[in-house]
Amino acid sequence: MDGGLRLDMDALDYVILALYFVTVLGVGIAARRAIRTSVDFFLSGRSLPAWVTGLAFVSANLGALEIMGMAANGAQYGLMTLHYYWIGAIPAMVFLGIVMMPFYYGSKVRSVPEYLRLRFNRPAHLLNALSFAIAQVLIAGVNLYALALIMQALLGWPLWVSIVVGALIVLAYITVGGLSSAIYNEVLQFFVILAGLIPITIIGLVKVGGVDGLWDRVRGSDLGEAGLHTWADTGSSANPLGASWIGIVFGLGFVLSFGYWTTNFAEVQRAISAKNMSAARRTPIIAAYPKMFIPLVTVIPGLIAVVTVNGLGAETGDLTYNNAIPLLMRDLLPTGVLGVAVTGLLASFMAGMAANVSGFNTVFTYDIWQAYVRRDRPDGYYLRVGRIATVAGVLVGIGTAFIAAGFNNIMNYIQMLFSVFNAPLFATFIIGMFWKRMTAWAGFWSLLTGTAGALATYLLYEAGVLPFDSDLEESFWGAGIAFGLVVVVAAILTPLTPGRPEDELRGLVYGLGGADAQGDMLAGDARWYRSPILLGGIAVLLAALFYLPVL
Amino acid sequence: MEDDNRAPGEAPMDEAPVDGAEQERRSAAARLFDIRRVIGGLFVAYGVIVGLIGLFDGSAAIEKAEGIRINLWAGLAMLALGLGFLLWQWLRPVDRE
Repeated sequence: MDGGLRLDMDALDYVILALYFVTVLGVGIAARRAIRTSVDFFLSGRSLPAWVTGLAFVSANLGALEIMGMAANGAQYGLMTLHYYWIGAIPAMVFLGIVMMPFYYGSKVRSVPEYLRLRFNRPAHLLNALSFAIAQVLIAGVNLYALALIMQALLGWPLWVSIVVGALIVLAYITVGGLSSAIYNEVLQFFVILAGLIPITIIGLVKVGGVDGLWDRVRGSDLGEAGLHTWADTGSSANPLGASWIGIVFGLGFVLSFGYWTTNFAEVQRAISAKNMSAARRTPIIAAYPKMFIPLVTVIPGLIAVVTVNGLGAETGDLTYNNAIPLLMRDLLPTGVLGVAVTGLLASFMAGMAANVSGFNTVFTYDIWQAYVRRDRPDGYYLRVGRIATVAGVLVGIGTAFIAAGFNNIMNYIQMLFSVFNAPLFATFIIGMFWKRMTAWAGFWSLLTGTAGALATYLLYEAGVLPFDSDLEESFWGAGIAFGLVVVVAAILTPLTPGRPEDELRGLVYGLGGADAQGDMLAGDARWYRSPILLGGIAVLLAALFYLPVL
Repeated sequence: MEDDNRAPGEAPMDEAPVDGAEQERRSAAARLFDIRRVIGGLFVAYGVIVGLIGLFDGSAAIEKAEGIRINLWAGLAMLALGLGFLLWQWLRPVDRE
């Protein structure tokens, strides 16, 4: 039982896995019939109901890196990991739905960079389109590499076989079925992932004697009492996460979280493919409800692993924190649910990668190819470009998987990418959306300086010039510096460069009107239980109340 | 959305009104494909497979799962979820609100 991570997979487990792959490909082929135009391919024809886009929204974030990473954090930092959900996700998701979605959906942009083109200018647009495209293929590579690592450990598949097989399946269903296929599969993945993780939590809790038993045993572990609190001891950084409440609220809860949830096109794309404004606004808010319960199947198993798996927390080898979930699968699941859990894990890798690839092909086609390389072609041409971009994106992703292999901690690699790509974008966005005087060139230079600042912070840290305590601290600082630079540059350049008439900014900037949140309402959308503000308010309130037992 | 022949830089995309043809195409896309049927089908299959494994689970499997007949319960739960989706799709075929 203790030798290696290799799972004892039965033929029946493989049947369950195979059945899933067949279904995924079938969804791709079925979705193809609904594709006539490029909007069908890239935005699902803006036809999807809110529950579908909402679950896809949460699923696009529920990559295996997220699941295994949050279980690892649960094992390493205890309940403070809950901050990544309740303050580090819910408020930003609700904010996206209530405040920002009217601008995204109302302006009919097809991507996040396109919003920058309307709000600022073409240089800002191109800069963001390029940096987003690069970020997406880099992150797709991380997902692929992580998938391959886990397949090698669990099933004994060679690394390159897993990389190629995983890439081909994602490639097949997105090239054929476009975003509909990606989104429908994400909804399916959401349920398969949960079906795989819930048995682990249940059996694990029984093993340690229920929640009380788990709490008792965590107190007796290395984590100790501190592992059972979220806000206690955050007056200083003397707590498991090593972060003060200021860092948690502003660093995690504001810059990192809002940056990820509100400007990451791989997420926003799910919402703007909804069928109308009301559905688009409800998308991230509907997603907030499952999101707040996800820690039950990530953080709790992490804690179970730390008290049941001897030696968990090794620096290298099979007993690293990252393997908390696979180790529990090995120890607790018999054939049957084991097959479902392996399927769920694979599904989550593919969810993550599919989100990156479908974001990439849209931005590449609309924001780079159509805007700067070949304009004014018939729609069918861009549909073809989109399919080719998908193939190219996946192939480059295979290449970047080997870049990821060069980093010994892939979570830190991801955090670094976020600090460079997301933080400056978010800062530029939030200022541009709420300060109508910010000029086009101020937008461009803010974005460029912020990105360069975060990148420089990282490079100087790598070169040993900036002495941060940890990679995580570097990415917090990188994000903070990027944010600060954007604010400063925007404030300096705005009075010096020509502004745009307010008429052109209507529908894009807060306080100018023009973003009609009610325009295309359907009959049922006025009902009280479909009010984004009410649903969002309840979500934030629930997230706050959940903290009470674990303060 | 339909103005594909214009230069994307100059054409604000919000000029295209949602006309009748557009509406029809949307609903066609929605009708062609109902994800509820796929989720329902897959989970019914999983429920039956895992449930059957659970019925015939030996003592080793049950012992591994801390004495819980996890396959049986998980199978039943997945079957219920799958049937639930199929029922929902059957009772409210297309979202016509």
